[in-house]
Amino acid sequence: MKASTAEAVTCALSVRRAAKTDIPQVIALDERVTGLAKSAYWHDAFERFGQRGLHERFFLVAEAAEAEPGPRMLGFIVGEVRVWEFGSEPCGWVLALSVEPRARLHGIGQALFAAISSEFKQAGVGKMRTMVARDNRLHLLFFRSEGMMAGPYIQLEKEID
Amino acid sequence: MKLQISSRLAIFALLQLAAEPDRQLSVAGIGEKYGISSHHLAKVMHVLARAGLVRSVRGAHGGHQFCGNARRTTLLDVIELYENIGADVFPSVGDRTSEGRALREVLGEIDDIARATLGSITIATMLKLVERRRASGRRT
Ligand SMILES: CC(C)(COP(=O)(O)OP(=O)(O)OC[C@H]1O[C@@H](n2cnc3c(N)ncnc32)[C@H](O)[C@@H]1OP(=O)(O)O)[C@@H](O)C(=O)NCCC(=O)NCCS
Repeated sequence: MKASTAEAVTCALSVRRAAKTDIPQVIALDERVTGLAKSAYWHDAFERFGQRGLHERFFLVAEAAEAEPGPRMLGFIVGEVRVWEFGSEPCGWVLALSVEPRARLHGIGQALFAAISSEFKQAGVGKMRTMVARDNRLHLLFFRSEGMMAGPYIQLEKEID
Repeated sequence: MKLQISSRLAIFALLQLAAEPDRQLSVAGIGEKYGISSHHLAKVMHVLARAGLVRSVRGAHGGHQFCGNARRTTLLDVIELYENIGADVFPSVGDRTSEGRALREVLGEIDDIARATLGSITIATMLKLVERRRASGRRT
């Protein structure tokens, strides 16, 4: 990751690419937030987004400065550039975003979002997209405050008979 | 989707007041911009004052002032002071038929999306959106 991204931080925070040693903390944070431990999922996600195709796949973590008390890994964001799915022009997808509950509302989400936006831009895409659960108020409020609007796709699903 | 006129007026008034939270604006001053009678707007402002979103300031330069939290007040919070969004709780013709239930399911989808959208956009987010529209208007 370039310095420009790492500088998208508040003074006591830095955003960098995730390392394998961060994954246990990612799993623990995700479990605290969702109530589900998904160890295999996050190890696999790290292999896909943190180790391969790094020019268009991003697994970033926000880390508190060493002097700060409490856990150092304060949040993560995962995304990738996807092309021509259902005819869509190349677009940066945000696939996951989570911030340590005790550290929320201090701009960490914003720093992670800014960092991945600038990565997408450097990868040559001018649009980013995400999918949010309709009842996930925090995610919706956050992405809206970052200027995201409804996109041209509608997500559909069905129970398989 | 269509909002009742009172909800629209309330949103416009809040946007104008929250954009300059230190300033007091008269009902007439706000009404002028949108071509609305002071009488109607005064009733709308009364509801906003009761909800703690604006306060009225007396005196020669008196008027209304924003006193809510623009970053935590959503469009849905404001609209629900005046109307129910998608709360179609009253029985309707054909409700008990399979067709009626299927139609309710489809309309329910639209209501859920409307509520999620309005509940995720705060006054602060709207002000950013207004600013973007203003800037793109200047460019064209
Ligand atoms: C959404 C989330 C990432 C935001 O992180 P954060 O670090 O608290 O966000 P920031 O401090 O950068 O906030 C940026 C803006 O988002 C909006 N926002 C964030 N939390 C909000 C809240 N509780 N209420 C209203 N607006 C909020 C605000 O506009 C805020 O700006 P402001 O503080 O100037 O008002 C965080 O709340 C989170 O992780 N939520 C749970 C996500 C989840 O369910 N993850 C599991 C599936 S991956």
